[in-house]
Amino acid sequence: MSTVRTPSEASATTGTRPPEGPLRTSKGRFGDRNAVGWLFVSPTLIVLGLFLFVPIVMALWVSFSDWNGRGSPFAGTVGFVGLDNYTRLLTDEGLTRSDFMTSMRNNFYYVLLVVPAQTVFALFLAVVLNNQLLKAKGFFRTAFYFPSVTSSVAISLVFLFLFAGTGVVNTGLDLLGIDGPIWFADSRGLLHLLGDGLGFWDAGAPPAGLTSTSILGLSAWQWLSGPSVALSVIMMLVVWTTTGTFMLLFLAALQDVPVEVEEAARVDGASRWQSFKAVTLPHLRPTMLLVITLGIIGTWQVFDQVYVMTQGGPGKTTLTPAYLSYSYAFESGQWGVAAAMAFVLFLIIFVLTSLQRYVLRDKDEAKDRKLERQAARRRPDLEARRAHSTAVLGNQQSGGGSL
Amino acid sequence: MSTSTTTSRTSHESVGTAQPRRRGPSNRALLVAFLAYVVLVVGAFVYLYPFVIQIATSFKTDSDATGNPLSLVADPFTIAAFERLLETRFPLWFANSVIVTLFVTAGRVFFNSLAGYALARIKFRGREAVFSAILAVLAVPGIILLIPKFLVLNTIGIYNTYPALILPLLVDAAGVFIMKQFFESIPVSVEEAARIDGASTFRTFWSVVLPMARPALITITILSFQGSWNELPHFIVASQDPELATLTKGVASLTSGQLGSGNQFPLTMAAALLMTLPVAAVFFWLQRYFVTGGTAGAEKG
Repeated sequence: MSTVRTPSEASATTGTRPPEGPLRTSKGRFGDRNAVGWLFVSPTLIVLGLFLFVPIVMALWVSFSDWNGRGSPFAGTVGFVGLDNYTRLLTDEGLTRSDFMTSMRNNFYYVLLVVPAQTVFALFLAVVLNNQLLKAKGFFRTAFYFPSVTSSVAISLVFLFLFAGTGVVNTGLDLLGIDGPIWFADSRGLLHLLGDGLGFWDAGAPPAGLTSTSILGLSAWQWLSGPSVALSVIMMLVVWTTTGTFMLLFLAALQDVPVEVEEAARVDGASRWQSFKAVTLPHLRPTMLLVITLGIIGTWQVFDQVYVMTQGGPGKTTLTPAYLSYSYAFESGQWGVAAAMAFVLFLIIFVLTSLQRYVLRDKDEAKDRKLERQAARRRPDLEARRAHSTAVLGNQQSGGGSL
Repeated sequence: MSTSTTTSRTSHESVGTAQPRRRGPSNRALLVAFLAYVVLVVGAFVYLYPFVIQIATSFKTDSDATGNPLSLVADPFTIAAFERLLETRFPLWFANSVIVTLFVTAGRVFFNSLAGYALARIKFRGREAVFSAILAVLAVPGIILLIPKFLVLNTIGIYNTYPALILPLLVDAAGVFIMKQFFESIPVSVEEAARIDGASTFRTFWSVVLPMARPALITITILSFQGSWNELPHFIVASQDPELATLTKGVASLTSGQLGSGNQFPLTMAAALLMTLPVAAVFFWLQRYFVTGGTAGAEKG
């Protein structure tokens, strides 16, 4: 990571251009080149350092302090409290832990449903759009991609209208004879409702065994709620806005699927589905993993929609760690705990994505040589796409526009 | 890197050569195509209907919007919602968003290409380390920086100012990465000529290389424009002065009861519509760059 190479080494490894030329022969010019190089990257380094590196260090200190938001966090009156803020989140009984665990539960169900849904829909739309006989592909691609480029605030307002008590969706359901819920006021968990519907339990009078068992500040019954009706509206919104971008990634990968292999498989009598499974899917694997990684990173950071639509309600069922951290800091002045939440969230995202990369790497080694070669060929692609898509998606769904 | 480019190129060519060989589509293939159309039309309806209803509702009266939410025809047709919107702070928010977006976009285009050029072309000591650091930045989830950014803005004393809204967004690591990749694809011989003529590095960059980088610059422009226009969390933590609210922050406040009683859906739909229009305009104008922007990495390798 921090290998500093001498200029000659660096040019030897890049190796795309001849080592001659005026700048490379005169020894005195090396100094110039260093100065110019650093001058060119300095605005970037200053901005990233000042608004990324320094802030993280400051927040790390705040997460170990009892700073209340007044004055400087480095003033003498601010005390070092060790791991107190972290234990309040994770081990100490109390409102803070139950709020945090509620937000973790909500976000867990959110990730669990949104990531597969957006991946599958995006892949499905891409495969359908890739049909060679289709006309007007451009129109459909535009239609599916357009929500991805619009503002999350504007889209949230539209969804507030669509899912209002007497809004578009409920009026539509009415026509079908279905009595729609009051979406944004409905804190009932989908799993609770499902279990009730299947006769496992009565959601009005939950089994005592589940309500009396407490795990990390929430009862087992609360853990098993599933996403609330209100949260499921946000999930629909996010699947709707992110599918387009992921569809484009899949479409790009589908263009690269070797047509001759697919045709050969079909000639050999493989069905459309078989050739899709045996030829197309393995080829899409790197893209699939990229989409899932980006999905996990994005969905653990859900903030904008909660801020605009529900502010964590009803019954705290749309609280997410990102929103909770914001509201603890800016609304109740508990900066230490709020900063600790941000770091726990970072750790979760980091662990999940590393875990996923590790799994990917392991499987590649286990595969036969051909796949391995293919994977090795794809990986530079993957890195580039990941970096690039982070740019696109960072702006669109995670609120990391500054990166 | 060059291997992957060649392979993808070969497969693209084979796609091209495979097509003329294909015989006329079978009935089965036609059926599949028909089903694909059905799926796509239903999908397009689901994707576009919310925007259509948004436009229709913004021209309705409050009672019409609540009474006939499904109707796509405003009856009576009125622009009252837009007039009322002008009486709110909406014009101020719009102006703030324009200011911030212009500065951020200009800054990103310039600084990203400067850094991208240096990382691609100038062999300065420490280049690899700088590049690694920028790649590492890409891995930091933006949302955890909310509190940290406030801390820094507050400490250096620019909280509640325009610079607080603009400066932290002025550079983005992904943009530097995109520009670096692009500059690496330009033949070096072009610059050599300029250098032999005695042009300075900055002059070579500014008048020779940058004009050749038009597609990449457009991609960066689009990403920055869209990113800063749609940005919400940064503006929330960078200021609390109502005079500095941008569109996203201001319009978001319309939902939290600032309008007094009632839903006033036509008004919020009008606000959402007006804030979507600039991005939509750029999207339809430069659409092919949006699409390559979303997948450029895939083609670059």
